[in-house]
Amino acid sequence: MATKVRTRPEESGPADIFYNETEANKYLHSSRMIEVQTSMAERAVEMLCLPEDTPCLLLDVGCGTGLSGEVLEEEGHAWMGCDISRDMLGVAQQREVEGELIHSDMGTGLPFRQGAFDGAISISAIQWLCYSNDEGNPRLRLHRFFQSLYRVLRRGARAVLQFYPQNAEQLQLITASAMRAGFGGGLVIDFPHSTKAKKYFLVLLAGPPDAGFSMPTALGESDAMSVGGASSAASGLGGGAADAGASSSVRNDGRKRHARRAMGSREKSRHGKIAKKSREWIALKKEAARRHGKEVTHDSKYSGRKRSKVSF
Amino acid sequence: MKLLTHNMLMSPGTKNGYPLAIEVEKMETVEAEFNGEFTARMVEKLDYAALLSTLRSLSVETGLPAAVPAEYAGDEVFLKALHHALMEIEILEGYLVCPETQKKFPIREGIPSML
Ligand SMILES: C[S@@+](CC[C@H](N)C(=O)[O-])C[C@H]1O[C@@H](n2cnc3c(N)ncnc32)[C@H](O)[C@@H]1O
Repeated sequence: MATKVRTRPEESGPADIFYNETEANKYLHSSRMIEVQTSMAERAVEMLCLPEDTPCLLLDVGCGTGLSGEVLEEEGHAWMGCDISRDMLGVAQQREVEGELIHSDMGTGLPFRQGAFDGAISISAIQWLCYSNDEGNPRLRLHRFFQSLYRVLRRGARAVLQFYPQNAEQLQLITASAMRAGFGGGLVIDFPHSTKAKKYFLVLLAGPPDAGFSMPTALGESDAMSVGGASSAASGLGGGAADAGASSSVRNDGRKRHARRAMGSREKSRHGKIAKKSREWIALKKEAARRHGKEVTHDSKYSGRKRSKVSF
Repeated sequence: MKLLTHNMLMSPGTKNGYPLAIEVEKMETVEAEFNGEFTARMVEKLDYAALLSTLRSLSVETGLPAAVPAEYAGDEVFLKALHHALMEIEILEGYLVCPETQKKFPIREGIPSML
């Protein structure tokens, strides 16, 4: 019996057509979808290694309905999000996210000034650049995107981009394009041997090579892998798919705060009694941080408050 | 669209497409919680001259000085005025106009379209 082949949404046509009202509404109602997108965004923020207790200005590329951006809010940062689908942005507005929303095509270049952002994330979006649209072919679109991403990031800032490459060729195309734009960094593959949980994150550093930069440790215990890193950026990125197959060194991040959370605690917070992201949950997290002698933002501004449209 | 966003936005794919002129059709003043630390952090990023000229073009009076004060980080009066300018003025309908190409980008329901 032939198995049913599911076409990837990327092959069905342009993103602004695929992400219509019906698709956008799934991001309102599907708790499974919400959970998957949120946890990937949380992982991405962790790997951004932002300075502690400093409110930053961040960019969310392909922000959609704002699920990924909300993770940035919860960490106390302000964000701007751009997306090619007006319907997705409409739902983001309806959900009253705090981020500023911009309708734009990342494949024609991000519409921001040099050095505007302290970091950038992108969740499940950049694989769309591997397909041509009216604005150009994949190579050109990827190049415009990475070149502009490099420009809009402050020197020394990171970008963490989670994406779904369809094959080794796309993986190679994407990583090579990032390298050509001047980025250091590499690929982190969480749970590389699980078909379901396997996730690709491109961890990029804008600016001159930084001796303090090390690749984050991949999740998935012994079988996880990180490729590239430190200032040997070129080899890290250039290797692309080929390198990803080889088990390469997995280094610790060095910055304690971002030490990998045990999977146990991750699961607990998700399924435990306290609703994740509730005021109580945040208070608990802060309490834990204080116990570790860290300074924590006081509880007024960002503590799980009901969001209003006016606040940023 | 807040003026902080406007201060960061530029016409995509241009070298000198900044600052974008605002042709405003509808704007409103909202209330946003003041965060002094965040506002002070934005000072390094801002194009202050562009902000002042934008405020003038919108005929909005904010009491901001002609230049950023030297000790701005501890200057609550300045930071509050800046916060108001950056976070509490919302452009809801209108156009952004690229100074390089004259291309017009519509703003609808508060979202600028930079396509
Ligand atoms: C799977 S959704 C993820 C949305 C959001 N990041 C999240 O985690 O929920 C992918 C998003 O990428 C956007 N996208 C695709 N191609 C794009 C492009 N060329 N420029 C900007 N956004 C794009 C789509 O419109 C869609 O909203």
